[in-house]
This record gives sequence, C-alpha cells and structure tokens, in this order.
Amino acid sequence: MRYLSEYRDPKVARALIEKIKSTITQPWTIMEICGGQTHSIIRNGIDQLLPKEIELVHGPGCPVCVTPLEMIDRALAIAEKPNVIFTSFGDMLRVPGSHDDLFTVKSRGADVRMVYSPLESVKIAQENPDKEVVFFAVGFETTAPGNAMAIKHAYDNGITNFSEIVSHVLVPPAMEVILGSPDNRVQGFLAAGHVCTVQGWGEYVPIAEKYNVPIVPTGFEPVDLLEGILCCIEKLEASENGIENKYLRVVQEFGNPAARAVVEDVFNKCDQKWRGIGNIPGSGFAISEKYAAYDATTKFDVGNITAEEPEACISGLVLQGVKKPHECEAFGKECTPMHPLGATMVSSEGACAAYYKYQRREL
Amino acid sequence: MNNPKFDGLSCPVPITAFDTVQLAHGAGGSLSSELIDKMIVPRFSNSILDKLEDHAVLNMPAGRLAFSTDTFVVSPLFFPGGDIGDLAVNGTVNDVAMSGAKPLYLSVGLVLEEGLPLETLHRVLLSMEKAAAKAGVAIVTGDTKVVNRGACDQMFINTSGVGVIPEGVNTSASNLAAGDAIIISGTLADHGMAVMTTREGMSFESRVESDSAPLNELVDAILGVCPEVKALRDPTRGGLATTLNEFAASSKVGIQLQESAIPVRPDTFAACELLGIDPLYVANEGKLCAIVPQAKADAVLDAIRTVEFGENAKIIGQVTDSRPGTVTMLTELGAERIVDMPVGQQLPRIC
Repeated sequence: MRYLSEYRDPKVARALIEKIKSTITQPWTIMEICGGQTHSIIRNGIDQLLPKEIELVHGPGCPVCVTPLEMIDRALAIAEKPNVIFTSFGDMLRVPGSHDDLFTVKSRGADVRMVYSPLESVKIAQENPDKEVVFFAVGFETTAPGNAMAIKHAYDNGITNFSEIVSHVLVPPAMEVILGSPDNRVQGFLAAGHVCTVQGWGEYVPIAEKYNVPIVPTGFEPVDLLEGILCCIEKLEASENGIENKYLRVVQEFGNPAARAVVEDVFNKCDQKWRGIGNIPGSGFAISEKYAAYDATTKFDVGNITAEEPEACISGLVLQGVKKPHECEAFGKECTPMHPLGATMVSSEGACAAYYKYQRREL
Repeated sequence: MNNPKFDGLSCPVPITAFDTVQLAHGAGGSLSSELIDKMIVPRFSNSILDKLEDHAVLNMPAGRLAFSTDTFVVSPLFFPGGDIGDLAVNGTVNDVAMSGAKPLYLSVGLVLEEGLPLETLHRVLLSMEKAAAKAGVAIVTGDTKVVNRGACDQMFINTSGVGVIPEGVNTSASNLAAGDAIIISGTLADHGMAVMTTREGMSFESRVESDSAPLNELVDAILGVCPEVKALRDPTRGGLATTLNEFAASSKVGIQLQESAIPVRPDTFAACELLGIDPLYVANEGKLCAIVPQAKADAVLDAIRTVEFGENAKIIGQVTDSRPGTVTMLTELGAERIVDMPVGQQLPRIC
C-alpha cells in the first residue's frame, strides 16, 4: 500500500466515471473547495470526462489567491526594512501587491528567502541573532499548525528575533458566505481533504444541516475526486444532506488533536478580509495575546497600510463559483499568469491559472 | 596550507602559500602562476593547453563546426549526483552534441570569489577533469579571475566548446513534421529536484541525485541508426515542456505526449509531489530529447538503450498536424490537456 498510486489507477477511475454516468438523472452543480483539487481536476482532465449534467465550480480554497492585497503590501513593507530577513513559502513570492512582489523587492536588495517549513525560518532566526526574521504565515487550516508551531517553538526557546505576518483564512465561514449568497448555485461540496485532516469533518455538520447540502471530504488524486463526486451525486439524487467522509485514509471526525491544540494555543479567530471577496466575520486567525510579541504587523507597525483591489477582474465571482474563469473578458488577453490582473491567475492553484495552463487557453 | 586534504588516495590539494583564494591569485603575478601551474594545468594537461599561450591552436577535421557557450552559477556547488564542475563540462559538451557534432575542445573561464577554499576549487577541478575524460574532450584554453568577497557566490564557471558535425546531419527545432516520434533518453527532473532539495530552506530527506552526464555517446548511437534525426535537444532549464514548446513553435506543428509513457523516478516524483512541482518543467542535465521519423523510432530507441545513460529511454509522444504551436498531453484517464511554457521559475507551493 503506497497510498497514492492506487488512487491514480486509470481503470478504477474509468469505472467510477461509468458509475457516475449511470447514477445521474438531472443536472447538478458541485463545488470543490480546494485549489489543489481544482488543479488536479483540470490537470487530469476529469471535468472533460464527466457527464455533461455535472458542473464543477471551483471554490475559494487557494491560499495565495485569497490573501488580501494589503497583507501583501504590508509584507513588502517589512521585507524592505533594513536588518530584516523575510521568509516565505515559494508561491507567495510572485504574488503582486499594489505595486511590487517579493521577487522585485529582493532584486532591490531585500533579503527575501524561500523556505519549505516555517520552522526553517525559526532556525534562520537562531543563526542570525542580529537580524529580525519574519515569516509570511498564510494559508488555510492546513498550514495553521505549522505556522503556530513555529511561534510556539520560538517562544519556548526564548527566540525573540522571529515574528510572523499572519493572514490565515478558514473554510467553513467562506462556505457559509457562498451558500448564503442570493446568487448561489452550489448544491453539493467536495470538502478540502487536507483542511479536514487538521480540523476534522465534524465542523461541517452544522453547515450541511443548515443549508441542506451534502458535503463530502475527499482527497486530490483522480480516484479520490471521482469517489467524492460519485458520493455527492448519489446523495443529491437521493435528496440527502450530511457529511460522508471519502478521505478515510487521513480524515477523522475531530481531525488531528495535537495540531488543533497548538493552533488554539497560538491563534484566536478574527474577522478576515479575503482578496476578491471582502471581509468575512470569524474567518481568520490572529496571534493570541500570550504570543503577541511574535506579531510582525505590530512589531514593524505596518497595520495602517491598507489597499483596495482594482475593479477590473472578476476573481471574487470566480472564487465564489458564480463565474468560470473563461467567462471573464480579460481572461487570456489582458490577464495571463505573466501579467495577472487578479488573484486567481497568480497561483498555480488559482482557478484562472489552472484553466489557462491546462486547457481553456484558446477561446 | 596547514592540513592538506586528500580526495581519495590520490590527487591531494597541491601545497600552496595560501589555503584560500586571494585577490592576488587573479592579478597575473606569481600567485596567479602558482594557481595555474599547480592546480589547474595538472588537471587538464594536454599538448595544446600545456603550451600556456593566450590562445589554443586547434587542428580541426573538415566539416561544419558547432560552437556553444554556457555559464554555470549553481548553488550549492556540490549536490547529490554532481557538482558545478561536471555540470560545466557536461553542459557545453551536450549543447555542442545536440547539433549532431562530436564535441572536441572546451575552454574554461573561472570566476572565483576571494576567500574560496582552495580545497573546494580542487574538488571542482578534479570533477571537471573526470567529466572531460569521460566525454572525450580536451580543455585547451582558459582564464581565471578573482573577484571581491560578495561579488560572486563562491565560484562561477563559463565553458565554451567546439565540435565537428558529420556530413549530412542537420538537426534543428524547425525540422519537425507530423508523424515524427518523440523520444526521451531517460527519467525526467532528477537534476532540478536534486539541487532544489539540497538548497537552504528546502532541506528534507531525499535520495534524488542529479543526472549530470555527457550525451555525446548517445548522439553517436542515434546518428549510427538514424543520420536523418530531425532534432536533438537536452532539456535543461525549463524542462522538457519548454523544449517541446519551442519545437512546436519553430516547426509550426502540434505535439502530443502520452502521460503514461513519461519516465520519472519514484523518488524524484515524490519530491516533485511534495513541493507541488511538475517534472515536465524541471531541469535535466543528462537527458536528450530526439525527434525522429516514425519509421526509425524503434531502431533509435533500441540504439539509445544500449548506451550508458540511455537505459530508460522511451517513446513519449508524436508530432501532429493539429493545433500548430501547441503541446498537449493525453492524460492517463484519456482526457487531453495543454502543456504550456512555464511562467518564471517553478515555485514550491504552500500546501
């Protein structure tokens, strides 16, 4: 058992597609929450192989895409300060703020470094005691435990030259915004496998009941996604709501208790702005009082930097599943991965970038 | 030098007045001579180089000349499966060989950062010596400069190379025609992932090794059975996807790949998965992509597989007349997707 290759077996995948075809009797609209799932669906061509009754709409689960413009501007302001080593996950480096991105700031002389884990940043802080080391802590519930652990590790070891600029987002409040919107078309969800790995599927139960929708946590491989879609269709056809976990090899009802504990210790829930969507109450994390000294936003006094998004692009509608990327007039013309107008074209997990990269380029 | 270090049982670092590179090593005086005479010339010695003129005088066989240059700035200098030295030799040998030429002579330009341990330089020179011997090329002229500390990252190497193209061979990115077969000489993405997983900030346990290797023997083998080979390219930076997009654009043809045929080592694949990187866009340093007429595809494949570094060769797709300028991939599920040019460098994703 290798936990991956079995879930890429084309024979199993094709059998699932046939089963979906024989189950469906009417049109259904399903949203996959996570950008990683969107990427896999388009990359494998799953959307081309499903019966035409199924419309997959792509959700807001791309952490790079939904990080608000002003947080990027704040990160850039910190990175440009003397004596700062600014560290970040790789795919945040290219995301444009109002004027620049981290690569541009680096080219002007800032010390910007890509790390694979936030704990690497703490290590850099230990190795450079005369520098301030800042980590750009973005992401959904998935990256929260690692980002929280880095702060806790620094705190426990008396490391004071490390801090994080935090822009965390949470899935359930965003799902409620989508389901509560008068424009909503989503009838069922594929919940994001890795988010559920941390938080568990239990927190989706109230949403499924309140909005009478099926929610199916699933993974990222073709067989995972197709099993999730089949399960969602079966539930829709049977007029059932509720949760059915199809990512059994990693997701449990209450998630990962150790990960949740460190997140609860280090972060408090807060209101959070989403790029392209706006403010969603209770949809983010802020550093708790105990660890306030590790908050780079206050440490470097950049909280007053704000930015409004350009109105040119429809990424907010794309992120909520109201529009498809190629329905945007700018798609593939003024807006390409090289010159993104909006968030969803920036990250490889963004729906617009996935469409551009894999198939919908020629229109 | 206080404690000379040994590389294996032979070739210790030559004993010199300093154990690190000094600005004076590049100033043309006696320290320069010492560096060249004790460390560099003994590694590459041959009758042309040993004359130590400002130029090399070459006896070239008749025919068309292929000429290429490349500069190597890799960090870290040493990585699993290779180092900047063998990369610098193999890189230019391969660029020359992709014209169908037999690479003959190289030049080497070294840019050294003040303070570089001479032991590091020695290790790199040993590696270049080995790589040149393996590829059967002679290093016949060179230059060494030393720059202030901070002005370069330890060392940069430029190599240029020349070779002679056999009569009747004409490889070009614009030669492709519908029906041609696309062959890759082995697994993809090994070099790029070996370097990426050893970079600072990216350290995780990995056994991925660079594929750095000379490809001239493979080219010989291909020309032996198929002198009419349409195009040859070693897919380095930007990976195979970039090479094929350039081919498709130059020849105004479509290219269709079979996902199930693309060879990637399991450990390299795992590293790519973990970082969210597509092996098609990752650098290779010991693979070539050959475009050959369909009728010769099996013969070329067999020929490649009999040569060292070609054992895992595969036919991975074909040239088509649909969607000119576009590379597509037939996925294992039977759908089709576009394989586009990469935008900027490949960046590990968040989650």
